[in-house]
Amino acid sequence: MSNKPVGVVGAGSFGTAVANLLARNSDVLLYARNADTVNEMATKRLSAGQQLHERVTPTNSLEEIATKCNVLFPVVPSSGFRDLMVSMSQYLRPYHMMIHGTKGLDLRIPEEKPHDFVLSQDHVFTMSEIIKQETVVVRVGCLAGPNLASELSSGDPAATVIASPFNEVIEQGKTLLRSENFQVYGNADLRGVELCGVLKNIIAVASGILAGLGLGENSRGLLVSRGLVEMIYLGKALGGEISSFIGLAGIGDLVATTSSASSRNYTLGQKIGKGATLEQALGEMEEVAEGINTIRIIHQLAESQGIKPLITETLYKILYEDMTAEKGVNYLMRYPSNIDIDFI
Amino acid sequence: MKYIVPDYVKKKYDQVLPGGMNEWPVVALSQNREEFVQAVAEESISRIKALAPTREALIEEIETTVFREKLRIKRNPWAVDPEDEEHFLNSIKARLLDISQNNPPKEEIDEMLDEMLYEIVFRYSDEIAGNFKKTRYRMARSLVTFGFARLLNASRARGFWSIFKTKFTLQDKIHITGEVEQLRTLARKGTIIMVPTHFSNLDSILIGWVISALGLPAFIYGAGLNLFNIKIFAYFMNSLGAYKVDRRKKNALYLETLKTYSSMAIQRGCHSLFFPGGTRSRSGQIEKRLKLGLLSTAIEAQRVNYQKGKRDALEKIFVVPVTLNYNFVLEAPSLISQYLKLQGQERYYVENDEYSTSYKISAFLVKFFTKGSHISVSIGKAMDVLGNYVDIQGNSYDKNNRVIDTQEYFTQDGRIISQNQQREDEYTRMLSERIVEEFHRINKVFASHLVAFTAFEIFRKKYSKLDLYNLLRLPEEDLFIPIDEFKDTFNRLLAKVHQMKNEGKLDISPYLMGDPDEMIEHGMKNVGMYHAKRPLIIDKAGNVTTQDLNLLFYYHNRLVGYNLEKYV
Repeated sequence: MSNKPVGVVGAGSFGTAVANLLARNSDVLLYARNADTVNEMATKRLSAGQQLHERVTPTNSLEEIATKCNVLFPVVPSSGFRDLMVSMSQYLRPYHMMIHGTKGLDLRIPEEKPHDFVLSQDHVFTMSEIIKQETVVVRVGCLAGPNLASELSSGDPAATVIASPFNEVIEQGKTLLRSENFQVYGNADLRGVELCGVLKNIIAVASGILAGLGLGENSRGLLVSRGLVEMIYLGKALGGEISSFIGLAGIGDLVATTSSASSRNYTLGQKIGKGATLEQALGEMEEVAEGINTIRIIHQLAESQGIKPLITETLYKILYEDMTAEKGVNYLMRYPSNIDIDFI
Repeated sequence: MKYIVPDYVKKKYDQVLPGGMNEWPVVALSQNREEFVQAVAEESISRIKALAPTREALIEEIETTVFREKLRIKRNPWAVDPEDEEHFLNSIKARLLDISQNNPPKEEIDEMLDEMLYEIVFRYSDEIAGNFKKTRYRMARSLVTFGFARLLNASRARGFWSIFKTKFTLQDKIHITGEVEQLRTLARKGTIIMVPTHFSNLDSILIGWVISALGLPAFIYGAGLNLFNIKIFAYFMNSLGAYKVDRRKKNALYLETLKTYSSMAIQRGCHSLFFPGGTRSRSGQIEKRLKLGLLSTAIEAQRVNYQKGKRDALEKIFVVPVTLNYNFVLEAPSLISQYLKLQGQERYYVENDEYSTSYKISAFLVKFFTKGSHISVSIGKAMDVLGNYVDIQGNSYDKNNRVIDTQEYFTQDGRIISQNQQREDEYTRMLSERIVEEFHRINKVFASHLVAFTAFEIFRKKYSKLDLYNLLRLPEEDLFIPIDEFKDTFNRLLAKVHQMKNEGKLDISPYLMGDPDEMIEHGMKNVGMYHAKRPLIIDKAGNVTTQDLNLLFYYHNRLVGYNLEKYV
C-alpha cells in the first residue's frame, strides 16, 4: 500500500470523526472551505469540537488534497455537494477513488421547466451519482452505518459499511478504516446503502418528535418498525435492494439515530415535538440536519410519482404546513393499516 | 411528395490505408494464422489455469467439458462438426478414467492434464480462427456492390441497356450519416470496435458493405457457427474476416478461448465488430441489455496494450456505436411472435413462422432494391473503452472538455497498471450502459416509426384496462382510429420528438420535417411495407387501422425508451 495521505473533504463533526478514524492507519489531509477555520484547526488542533489526531493536517486547498491523495472521503452537506464536486473536478483524475459519507439527496430541477414538466426519479440524485456526473472519478463508494460522530471520536466499539460496485474500493476502505475497535463491512449495492443512509434520517426526525412529545419506548418501537417498512418501500421505488435495508446501514443505523440525542435529525425533531417551529428549531442547530431536505424531496417526488409514504407525508405536514406534532401522531395512529409486513 | 433534402452525402471514399490490403491487420493475422492460433491457445490455457488453480479443479473442468460436449454431439449435431470429434472426446475420457482408476504419480497426472488441456483448447482455437482471404474479399465486395447496383439501375432507369448504367449506387438506398470522417481518421490511428444495433439478418451484409464503402479495412466479427453449415455462406463468411462462434458450446474452456481470441486480435490491431445485443432484437426495441462477454475483451485488450507500454493514440481502442434504421424488417413477424411467446409463455399462441425460406429472402432483396424505402446507418461519436468521447486525434475528453488519460482508469495511483478482473467487469457494465445511451441518441426516428408508435399507443390508451396480450387479441373491428384523432396525437408526439432532437437526445430522418400530413402519408406508406399484412393502413372510411397488431407493436417498439408514451 502506498504511504500517500488520505483526504477528507469537509471538516464538520462527521468529517472530523472520519479523519480521526483514518489517522489511526495513515496520514490524513482534512479540507475545510474557510481559511480562518483551517488556521484555527492548525493552531488549536480542534475541529467541530473534536481533538484532531496528530496525523491529521488541515488544508484549505482542493488542489493540494486532490494531488496529494489517491483516496478521498467527501463529507459535506448534500446541499453543497454538487458545487464542491464541480470546483474539485479540475484536479481529479481517473485514478482517484472516492468514498463519500453524505446521507442526503440532490434535487435538480431544470431552470426552464417545460409546461408539461413532471418531477421524476431522473431529477433526484444520490451523492455517488453526482460524483460520476461532475467528475472523471468512476471508482466510487459510500460510507454508511451507525456512526454518530460524537461516539466515533470517543473510540467505542463500532462498525461501518463501505458500499461500492468495485471490490477494490471496498478493500481500500477496509484497509484504511479498520482498527481494533472499528469493524468494516462491504456491500456491493451502492445505491441501496446510500438510500438507507438517506431515508433513515426521515425516521430519525420522527423519532425526535415522539421524544419531544414525551412519548415512550413503545411508540418508538412502533415507529422504528413501521419506519423501516416505509424506508424499504421508498428504497425499492428508488432502485435499492431490500437486503441492504436489514443490514448495518439500514436497521443498524436506524436504531442508533432514532434513540440518540447526539443525532442531528433526532435533535431537530425533538425541538419540534416540544413545540418549536421549523425555523426556530433550525436556528438552534449548529449543523445541517439532512432529514429536513430529504423529507421535502421525497414529498415532491411522491406527489408526482403516485407513491404514498405515510410517515414522510405526515412529517411534511408538520414541518411545512400547519399540522401540529400531536395531530400528526393522532393521524398516523388512526390510519387504517393492518398488514405488518408485505414486502418480503 | 415534395423534394426532401437528404441528410447524407453521396460520396466515394478513398481507402484509409493507401497501401491497400497488405497493410490490413486482418491480413497479417490470417497470414500468420498458425502462429496466432498457437498464441491464443497458450494464453487461453494460462487463463483457464488461473480460473481452476488446483489439480482437482482442473480435472473437474475437463470432465465437465467432455460431458457437455458428448451431450451436444448426441443431441444437436451439425454438418459443420468435424468427424473425429467423438473419437477425440473418447480419448480424453479414457485418459481421465486412467487418472481416476490407476492414480499415477502427481507429476504424471499434471503432465497428462496439461496435454489434454492443450489438445482441447488448441482444437477450439483452431476452429474459432477466421480464414481471411484477400481475393475472396475483393470478389465478395464487388459482387455485392455490382449486383445490387445493377438491380437498382435497372429498376430506376428505362430500357435494357440501363442495366449497365451507374447513375444509382447503393448509397442511394443506404444512407450513411454521422461521424464518418472521425471514424475514418481513427481507423488509421487506433483500433475500432464497432457496435451496431441488431434488428435483421440483413445487418451483417449491410455493415460489411458500409465498412467497405467507407474505405475502411475489413473488420473481424463473430459469426454463428451454424451459418457455416451452408457451404456457400461458409465461403463468403470465411472470406470476410469472420471468426466462428458456436453458441452450443457453453463450457468454460471454450468461452475462455473465444474471449482470448477476440482480445488478442484486438491487441494486434484488428478492427472488430460486435453485435452487442448478442442476437437480433426480438421486440423491435433498441437493445437495453448488452452481452458483456465480448465487450469485456475490448476493455481487457486496452489494458494489455497499456501494460505493454503502448500509450499513444496510435494503440488506443475506440468504441463506435452504430444504429441501423429500417422502415421494414423482413423477419419482423417471426421475431415479434418469438418475443411474445417468451414473454407471455403459455398465454400466447403462435400460429406460424413466416419468411423462413431463402426464396423469400431473395424475393425481398429484389423488392428492396427495386422499390422504395431506404435504410439509414448512423455512425456515432467514437468513445474510449470507458465511454468518454474522443476527438479526431483520439484523445479522450470529460464533459468539461478536459483531456483524460484513459490509462489512469487502470491504476490506483496514476502510474502502476494493475489487472483487476472485477474492476474490468464493472467497467464493461458501465461501457454497455454508455453504448445503450448512445444508441438512443444517434437512433434516427423515421416517419414510419412515429406513425406506428402513435397508433399503437392510442390503442393502448383506449384499452388501458387490458394487458398487452389481451390487447393484441382484440378483434379487428375494435381497431380503428379516426384520422383527426390520429393527426392530433401524431402532431403532439412530433413536437416532442423535435424538442428531443434539439436537446440532442435522438436524431430524426429528413422525412420528419415539413408538412405533418405528408409525414403521415410517407410513414404509412413505408411502415413494414413488404409484409403481406400491413401494420398500418387507412380504411375505406378514412380511419387509421391495422391488419396486424403484432407487427404494429413491433414497429412501435422502436421508439420505446424515450418516455414518449405520456404525450399520447
